[in-house]
Amino acid sequence: MTGVVGPPPAALSPALENLLRVLALLDYNTRLVVLTTALLGLASGLVGTFLLLRRRSLMGDALSHATLPGVGLAFLLAVAAGSSGKSLPVLLLGAAVTGLLGTLLVLLIRNHSRLKDDAAMGIVLGVSFGVGIAVLGVAQDAGGSAAGLEGFIYGKTASLVRSDLFLLAGTAFLVLACVLALRKEFTLLCFDEAFGSARGFPARRLDALLLTLATLVTIAGLQAVGLILVVAFLILPAAAARFWTHRVGPMLGLAAGIGALSGWSGASVSALFGRLPAGAVIVLAASCFFTVSLFFGRARGLAYRWYQHRLFERKMDRQHFLRAAYECLEGCYGRDHRGGLPPNRPLPVRTLRANRGWSEAEWRRMLRQARREDHLERVDRGHLLLSEAGYGEAARVVRNHRLWELFLMKHAAIAASHVHRDADAVEHLLSPEMVDELERELDRRDIPGSPHPLPTAGAEARADPPALPR
Amino acid sequence: MSWFALDTWIVLVGSACAVACALPGSFLVLRGMSLMGDAISHAVLPGLALAFLLTGSRASLPMFLGAAAIGILTAVLTQWIRRWGRLESGASMGIVFTTLFALGLILIVRGADRVDLDPSCVLYGALEFTPLDTVSVPGVGVPVPRALVVLASVALFNLLVLAAFFKEFRITSFDPEMADTLGIRSGLFHYLLMILTAVTVVAAFEAVGSVIVIALLIVPAATAHLLTDRLVPLLVLASLLGIASAGLGHLLAITVPPLFGFADTSTAGMMAAATGLLFLATWILAPRHGLLARRYRGRHREAAGPGSAEDPFHRGA
Amino acid sequence: MPGREHSARAPLSIHDLTVAYERSPVLWDVDLDLPAGSLVGVIGPNGAGKSTLLKACLDLIPRASGEVRFFGRPYREVRRRIGYVPQRESVDWDFPVSALDVVTMGLYGEIGWFRPVRRHHRERAREALAKAGIAELADRQIQQLSGGQQQRVFLARALVQRADLYLMDEPFAAVDAATQRTLTDLLQELREEGRGAVVVHHDLSTVRAIFDWVVLLNLRVVRAGPTEEVFTEENLAATYGGNLNLLAQAGEALRQREGT
Repeated sequence: MTGVVGPPPAALSPALENLLRVLALLDYNTRLVVLTTALLGLASGLVGTFLLLRRRSLMGDALSHATLPGVGLAFLLAVAAGSSGKSLPVLLLGAAVTGLLGTLLVLLIRNHSRLKDDAAMGIVLGVSFGVGIAVLGVAQDAGGSAAGLEGFIYGKTASLVRSDLFLLAGTAFLVLACVLALRKEFTLLCFDEAFGSARGFPARRLDALLLTLATLVTIAGLQAVGLILVVAFLILPAAAARFWTHRVGPMLGLAAGIGALSGWSGASVSALFGRLPAGAVIVLAASCFFTVSLFFGRARGLAYRWYQHRLFERKMDRQHFLRAAYECLEGCYGRDHRGGLPPNRPLPVRTLRANRGWSEAEWRRMLRQARREDHLERVDRGHLLLSEAGYGEAARVVRNHRLWELFLMKHAAIAASHVHRDADAVEHLLSPEMVDELERELDRRDIPGSPHPLPTAGAEARADPPALPR
Repeated sequence: MSWFALDTWIVLVGSACAVACALPGSFLVLRGMSLMGDAISHAVLPGLALAFLLTGSRASLPMFLGAAAIGILTAVLTQWIRRWGRLESGASMGIVFTTLFALGLILIVRGADRVDLDPSCVLYGALEFTPLDTVSVPGVGVPVPRALVVLASVALFNLLVLAAFFKEFRITSFDPEMADTLGIRSGLFHYLLMILTAVTVVAAFEAVGSVIVIALLIVPAATAHLLTDRLVPLLVLASLLGIASAGLGHLLAITVPPLFGFADTSTAGMMAAATGLLFLATWILAPRHGLLARRYRGRHREAAGPGSAEDPFHRGA
Repeated sequence: MPGREHSARAPLSIHDLTVAYERSPVLWDVDLDLPAGSLVGVIGPNGAGKSTLLKACLDLIPRASGEVRFFGRPYREVRRRIGYVPQRESVDWDFPVSALDVVTMGLYGEIGWFRPVRRHHRERAREALAKAGIAELADRQIQQLSGGQQQRVFLARALVQRADLYLMDEPFAAVDAATQRTLTDLLQELREEGRGAVVVHHDLSTVRAIFDWVVLLNLRVVRAGPTEEVFTEENLAATYGGNLNLLAQAGEALRQREGT
C-alpha cells in the first residue's frame, strides 16, 4: 500500500537504512504523508475536543458517511458537464455540501419528529452511505478515472500529493485560528449552552461554526484516512487528552499534540512495513495513545486513580494505628497529664492489639509503615513507644475523629452509639479546610474526650450510652 | 428493463436480510441505542476477517460464534470505557468501534492474498452475486441461494428468541428499573440484544455489507415508530417496510441509472436509499406523527384560541 | 452496632444504611423500623436522598454499608410482596405500548419465563385500571395520556401486583386534583386492608391528612415517628434548615472514594 521506499543501498542493513530514511523524513513521499497526517491529527484534535465536551462525538460519524454521495454526485455532474470529473476541489465541494446537508437532516429529524438523537444519526448515516455506494456504482461506469473515488472510503494515504498537503495545511490553519480566537466562546457553548443563550450569546451560530469546522476537518481527512476512520480522529485524540488535564486550554494543546503524534507515528510505521493500510495504522496509533492515556493519564487515568487509592489505604492504616495507640494511652494513663493530653509512655502491645480486631498480617503491615514514617520510637519487650512526631500526629488524628463525632451528634442528630462508625468512614477524608470549619462550628480548640466509651481490652461488649433522641 | 428469476432471488435475499435486521433493530431504536447497531456493524470486521483467515469460509458456525463474542466485546468495552474512563457513551462507543474497524481493515488487507477477500465486498456487500452461490434445499425444486438460507435462518432465529422473551424485552426496554425490581435482569437482555445484533450483522454482511446493514437495522424500525403506537405492529411494520425497501431498492437499481444512460448499480446501496425514501415519505405524511399532521394540529390549536392551548394528543381528557 | 435484630414483623426495616453512589445524594446511616400496615411519608428538601433511599432498599443502587429487610427477609426473597411506583420521568412515554400493556408488566414477575400474557392476566390489569379510575383508557397509547393519567397507570401497575408493601416515588408530583383524590383514597384503602405504603412526598400541606407516620430526611434521618408527634415546626426547621455544608462535603469525599 505504500511503495514509499526505493531499493536500499548495499552499505547498510536494508531494514536499518529504511528506518533511518523514514525517521529522518528523507524520502519526499514519506515527508509528505507524515506531514499531512500530522496536520490532520492536529486539526481534528482541536475540533474533537469541543465535540467531545459538547457530547457530540458521534456527529462526526453521521457527517463523514454523508459526504460519500456528494463525492459521487459531484463526479457525475462534472462528467455530465464535460470534464474528466477528476478535479479534487469539485469532489470535495460535493462532499462538503452533502456532509452539511446530512448534519442538518440529523438536527431536523431530531427536532421535528418523535425520534431521538441516536435514531436520527443512524438514519442519516446508513441511508447516505447506501446512496453513496449506489451513486459510486453508477460512477464506476461513467469513466475509468472513477476508480479513484473508492479512495474516499478507505483513504489513500500512501499516494497523497502536494495539493492534499496544502489543503490540510489550510484547514489546520483555519481551525487553529478559529479555536484560538473563540476559545472561551466555544468553552461556554460546551459547558452551559442555556446560560450562554440567556446572556445574549449567539449559541446557534457558534454551534453552526463548530459543525462547519468539523465538516472541514472531515473532508480534508477523507483523502488521508477515508471516511469511516476519520471519525476516529475526531474522537480519539480528544478523549486521550481528557485523561491528562481537567482544563480546556491544556486539553486543546494535548489533543492537537496527540493527534499530530498519532499521524506522524502511524504514517511512519506504515511506511516502514509495506502493505499496511496507512489510514488504519494511524487510527491504531491513536488508539494506542488513548489506551496509554486511559491507564496512565495524570488527571484521571486508571493507574493514577489506583495509586491514589493505595495512598488512601495507607493513610487509613496509619490513622487507625495512631488513633488506637492514642486511645490506649488515654486508657492506660488518663487524659489529664498535660492540658487534656495523655502522657507519651510505652504501651503494652497486647492491650493495644486486643482493643482492635487486627490480624497478624495487618498488625505487621501497620508497624512497618509506622517505622517507615518515623512514628515509632521503639518496640521492645512487648511495649511500644510512639515517637514525638507519631504522638503529635496521633493527637491530630484523634482530634479530627472526635470533632467529627461531635458534629454528627450536634448537627446531624445521629446517636452517640452510631457516631463512631460514621466518623470511622469519614475521618480519613477530612481536608484541612473541613477541619477548620469543624472547629468554627463546634467552637473547640482542644482535643475533646470521646463522646462514647472507648474499647478496652477484655471488655468487648460495651454498653451503649443512652441514645439521643433521633 | 427486464426482470429475470435472478432478480426475484436478489429481492428475496434482500427481504430476508431486511426482516432479520428489522427485529433486533426495532429494539435498538426503542432503547435509544441505534448507534450501538452502527458500532457493532463496524466492530465485527476484525471478527469476520479472523474467521475468514482461519477457516477460509464464509458464514460458518465459528464465524457466528465470533460475531456473538465481538458483539458482547463491543458492548462490554464501551461500558467499561464509559464507566472507568468517565467518558460519554457516544465517545466510548466511537473509540471502540473505530479501533476494531481499523484492526479489521489491516487484517483484511494483510490476508487478502491468502483468501479471496475484498474489503469493498465486506463493506457494502455483493447482493447481485448471491444467487450464483446456491445450495439445494430438501423440498424445494430449484437450487436456493445459500445467502437466502442463511439469512432466513437468522431471521427465524431472531423471531424465536424475541418471541420467547417478548415480555422481558418489552419491559426491560420500557422500564429497566422496574424490570430489575421484578427480578428480570435488564443487563442480561441488553447483552442478549447485542448478540442478536452482531449475529444478524454477520449474516447480512455478505448480502449488503457491514456498513449498509446499519440502514436496514435502524431506518425501517424508525419509520415504523412514526406509524404505530404498539410494539407488535411496530415489529411487523418494520419487517414489511424492510421487504418493501428490498423490492423498491432493486427496482431502482436496475431502472434509474439506465434513464440517464448508465448501467445498473448496487442493489444494496439502493436498498438503503429506498429505506430512506420510505422514511422521508412517512416522516412527512404519517397520520399522527408526520410533519404535515403536526403542522395541521399546530394550526388547529391556534385557531381554537388560547383557551385550549394544550395538545389534545399529549394532554388528553 | 451489631446486636439490634431486624424486626421480623416490620414491613421494612433498615439498618445502618449508608449510600454514596455516582450522582445520587449521599445518605448517612439510616436506621428505621416501619410499623406494619401504615402509610409512611418520606419528607425532605430536594436532593435530600428520598428517592435514593427507596432505590437503595430495592437493590437498584449499591449500598456502601448497611442492611435492608422486608418482612424480615432480604428483598430478592420477597420481591412479589413489594410493589414499586417509580417517578414518572424515569421512563420514555413515547414507547409503543398501551396503558393496559404497562399495567400487565406488573405481573411479569408472577407470570414467569417463557409463558405468555393470558386473558386472565389482562382481566386483572383491567380491574387495576378501573381501581385507578381510568378503565376507559386501557387501550390508549401512553403518550396520549395526561400527566395525572400516566401516574394512575403506574399506580395500577403496582396495584395489580397485590403487594403487601408499596414504595412510591413522588406519586403526587404534578398531578391534577382528581388524581390526587384517587391516590389518597387508594392509599386509605390499602391501609384498611392492612397493607402499607412508603411514599416520597413533597407537599407539606397534605402530610397530616394522608400519613400516619413520617420520616423526615435530609442526607440522614432527622426524625421518624407518628405524624402528630414528629411532624412539628421545629423538626421541619431542622430538616429543611441546619448547616449541612460539612455533611455534604464529607459525602462528596466519600462518593469520590467509592468511585475509585
